[in-house]
Amino acid sequence: MSTQVQHAEPGVFKKYFWSTDHKIIAMQYLFTGMAMGLIGGYLAYVFRMQLGFPNQSVPGFGIVTPGKYNAVVTMHGSIMIFWVAMPVLIAAFGNFLIPLMIGCDDMAFPRINRLSYQVFLLSALLLLSSFLVKGGAFGGAWTSYPPLSANGAYNLTPIGATLWLLAVALEFVAFLLGGINFTVTVMNSRAPGMKMFDIPFVIWMIVLASVVFMASVGPLIAGAVMLLFDQTMSTGFYDPNRGGDPLLWQHLFWFFGHPEVYVVLLPAMGIVAEIIAVFARKKLFGYKTILYTAWSVGVLSFVVWAHHQFVAGIDPRMANIFSITTLLISIPIAEMVFLYIATLYGGSIRLTTAMLFALAFVAEFMIGGVTGIFLGASGVDIYLHDTYFVIAHFHYTFVPIAIISVFAGIYFWFPKMFGRMMNETLGKIHFWGTVIPFNFIFIPLFMTGAAGDQRRVYSYAQFAEQARPALQHLRTTATVSLLVMLAFQFVFIFNFIWSLRNGKRAGANPWRSTTLEWTVPSPPPHGNFAELPTVYRGPYEYGWPGRADDYWPQDVPD
Amino acid sequence: MLERYLTAASSYAHSIDQLFLLIAVIVGFWLVLAEAVFIWFVFKYREKDGRATRHITGEEPELHRWITIPHVLVILCDIVIIIPAIMLWYNIKQATPPIDRTVRVIGQQWAWSFQEPGPDGVLDTADDIRTVGELHVTVNTTYRFELMSRDVLHSFAVPAFRLKQDALPGRTITGWFRPNRLGTYDIQCTQMCGIGHGLMAGRVIVETQQAHAAWLMLNSTPPGTGQPAPSAPTAQGATVAEVRR
Repeated sequence: MSTQVQHAEPGVFKKYFWSTDHKIIAMQYLFTGMAMGLIGGYLAYVFRMQLGFPNQSVPGFGIVTPGKYNAVVTMHGSIMIFWVAMPVLIAAFGNFLIPLMIGCDDMAFPRINRLSYQVFLLSALLLLSSFLVKGGAFGGAWTSYPPLSANGAYNLTPIGATLWLLAVALEFVAFLLGGINFTVTVMNSRAPGMKMFDIPFVIWMIVLASVVFMASVGPLIAGAVMLLFDQTMSTGFYDPNRGGDPLLWQHLFWFFGHPEVYVVLLPAMGIVAEIIAVFARKKLFGYKTILYTAWSVGVLSFVVWAHHQFVAGIDPRMANIFSITTLLISIPIAEMVFLYIATLYGGSIRLTTAMLFALAFVAEFMIGGVTGIFLGASGVDIYLHDTYFVIAHFHYTFVPIAIISVFAGIYFWFPKMFGRMMNETLGKIHFWGTVIPFNFIFIPLFMTGAAGDQRRVYSYAQFAEQARPALQHLRTTATVSLLVMLAFQFVFIFNFIWSLRNGKRAGANPWRSTTLEWTVPSPPPHGNFAELPTVYRGPYEYGWPGRADDYWPQDVPD
Repeated sequence: MLERYLTAASSYAHSIDQLFLLIAVIVGFWLVLAEAVFIWFVFKYREKDGRATRHITGEEPELHRWITIPHVLVILCDIVIIIPAIMLWYNIKQATPPIDRTVRVIGQQWAWSFQEPGPDGVLDTADDIRTVGELHVTVNTTYRFELMSRDVLHSFAVPAFRLKQDALPGRTITGWFRPNRLGTYDIQCTQMCGIGHGLMAGRVIVETQQAHAAWLMLNSTPPGTGQPAPSAPTAQGATVAEVRR
């Protein structure tokens, strides 16, 4: 393997921390994202303990005061979306998979790629440092609505609020750099013969997510600059007493914030599509149809944002338009799910750990999808808005996206990344230990939300209707289920570390897959392909009648 | 369905619950059907020795109609949901029924305060009643509320009424409700408003005409003094010092 590398082996620092190799940068994003995921999980543990067992000292944290509670929930949301889902789904998988799956040696702009990760790392450190400053971390919710976020006298965390904003803005810079890189690479560096409809679906989804991200983030960066000025220079962009409007921020935030949901959803759906095709030994059912529905999701995602603001004080007539667009987006999403289910038809399904996670994504995401209809229907949202019903709904989308599909992807591509197989028995223990408790966390929260539990409240003692013992039992059930789910993650961490050294050696193509990344050695050498491949067909040619093998790789001539 | 979880105590609460039920039935049907087909496929097409997989592109018309037909049905279901959702929204948030009384609701960090017209029935006169944390209303009376905020965003929520509306500083947002059931119900703030957000509780007391009239007489400011009567309810909201502990 090393004979292919002509130049001298670089030092450890240069190789792992200053590299422009897309695979190393992918690992940097992956491990940083996983570390942030552990922090986000710890924060979930802290506030769920307070909700499940109110006002008791939380082991490993202490008493959760109202101020700390707000900071913990704010940071949990921010970290899980911006510092876990984004880096892992788009940056880690995007960086690792794009050059390998389209058949080139590296990203189009390797040094911009390195810069992207460095800016991202800086943003993560900036965010974490806000826990240590005077006043503590920002506690004004991950949506950071002004005037609360704009004025230190209101939020009591003036430094934390500004650090949060700077960290988010830097994170956007990192992903703008990454998004440009992903799009340019896929459009320009594909192997000869790889036409638009021969691109593996996950690559399409990462490109689409990048395009949606780049098109939606601009307004929010402008909004963030205005908020920064309000915070630090006492301008009044969001201050109604000085001609500003707090609703302006909400529009700018959600104009980005709702497409952002699809920015992380689409790569997750891409990962799941790859895995389902491989382990069902089936061509994706209606590849072009799935692609067109995904693009229509991307376009529609720009016109649904105000459904977050039905009762925010916008013109009530506006809610009708956004209610219609919101329900419309259910059509392409439902169609995508139907096509995934149809892909199983006539297949030969092997339930590996990766496949179990991919199937669980489909099964759980459906629950997240249909519960969104309740919230998109403006009349019902009056009651459900800002309750735990919303929380349960978006965790039924985000946990499949940021946790379940990521595990599916890691179990699936681990052999390619590290050259060894992960342990399947431990993998299946981890699978059931993750998916079963997940449902027992959030089904009770649908019920407490239907009973009127409002969000971001550290204790329900003040509210007679919410303080009923029956609701407290549901909250405690959710907390205990979270503890079980978190405990089972140690199985994964052990399996991951153990398999790095002791896993069974994976050949180039352990899953007998058709896409290009499986044609190179595991792990792929610097430069990836000894000889750049030529592509002869689409990515999912399984079960051709009359061929000895049930799969037909993209680079094998007719 | 929602009534099983929380009492419904306003004129439109029942309509919201009915729409919730309609959506639950429609999406529940699709969810169960899709999950059933999904699990059936996973079981039926599990790996078996000697069975080859089929090469299907998904563009075969006789197979693709299994996508097209549900696709059209989903559109129909969406329409069945959108129409009552918008009608309900229109009735609650856009149309205003004839108003019997007006109250003012003011959010601030971290308490709700209320201003109710005194016996003269007119707001902003000397006999107004100002209370903190407690709103007294008469059953089967249509109230217009004027919602304001003194500092940050708050959200005036009365779950039993199925009522929710954000309060914005610098603006007066109006809406209406008509309590139709006697009792005491929670008022929440559902918009993150700082460290005392979880303590920003209030109560709305729905009472009979007679009880409300007695309460009015007891608490209204005698004309000319300009001072609240001594028996006016005292502040229940939390102060910064209390919250910070």
